[in-house]
Amino acid sequence: MSSKFAIFKKGLLDISPLLIPVVPFGIIFGAIGIELGFSPLITYATSLIIFGGASQIVFIQLLSGGASSLVAITSVGVINSRHFLYGAVLTEYLEKLSLIKKLLISYLITDQTFAVSSKYFKNHKINNHSHYHLIGAGIILWTTWQVTTIIGIFLGSIVPEEWGLKFAIPLTFLAIIVNDFRKLDHVLVMIISGISSLIFFDIPFKAYIIITPLIGLLSALIIIRIKESL
Amino acid sequence: MSWLSVIIAGLITYFTRFSMITFVNSKMMSKKVRLVLSYVPSTVFPAIIFPAVFFNDNGYFVDVNDPKIFGILAAIIIGFFSRSIIATIISGLVVYWIFIL
Repeated sequence: MSSKFAIFKKGLLDISPLLIPVVPFGIIFGAIGIELGFSPLITYATSLIIFGGASQIVFIQLLSGGASSLVAITSVGVINSRHFLYGAVLTEYLEKLSLIKKLLISYLITDQTFAVSSKYFKNHKINNHSHYHLIGAGIILWTTWQVTTIIGIFLGSIVPEEWGLKFAIPLTFLAIIVNDFRKLDHVLVMIISGISSLIFFDIPFKAYIIITPLIGLLSALIIIRIKESL
Repeated sequence: MSWLSVIIAGLITYFTRFSMITFVNSKMMSKKVRLVLSYVPSTVFPAIIFPAVFFNDNGYFVDVNDPKIFGILAAIIIGFFSRSIIATIISGLVVYWIFIL
């Protein structure tokens, strides 16, 4: 049985390649927060309180574009609903932990920690210390995100608007989904969702960001049905 | 942006993180639900990408030869072949910068 620290270190090492894109992403987020006119304090607070990169960018972008708080908050929920999926997979491996430990460890669940720790759990025999893998991966990712947000906040007040840093927003989201570009079903859902967002863009409160995922998931359901019947 | 919105958004996000782990055991969620949830990124992110690329700041369609179009095309091509997050972002930005200069 490996020691707590060894497993913690393994988590830290496993996630380190995934930290590389987090650095520019965090800096971009901090800089955009300032560019969109938010105070440094509240821009940073979203990194601490929400701690979900993509959802934070959408959140500040929607609010600065005149969306209602309700829509902005709901869209954060929709974007982060993928955590339900991660939790559903991880719960199997964390079942033996106390409620307090489960609640604490949950804060560290992200795309990256899920990716590396679920793989570790799957390939190693689960023991009393296994969850230290997720803690190690999560803590280093969390620290990276907090520090890079702060760097971005400082850079944001230096970088001129003409650099078009705002264009980094769609690019960042595109980068997150490049792995699914080779799956036809996913590409179909992407195109349907993209067109739907253009069609519904002008309806009040920026509600297109809620309507589109509903349409997208419905088409995903239909695609799954069709695939099953083939 | 009010602090209240940030806190509520944070609480909701936290709920998405802990709810499955604390209240659900692995057998309670159907395969179908998991499968549908796996499409969440593919539907949510294009809803952000498309308007940001195809609309300008005033909400009108951009021209076909807008720098953003070239930037996103470069990023799609590089992303498809490299599958690298960094390469995707940088290629898009560089092409965009070439066209706005």
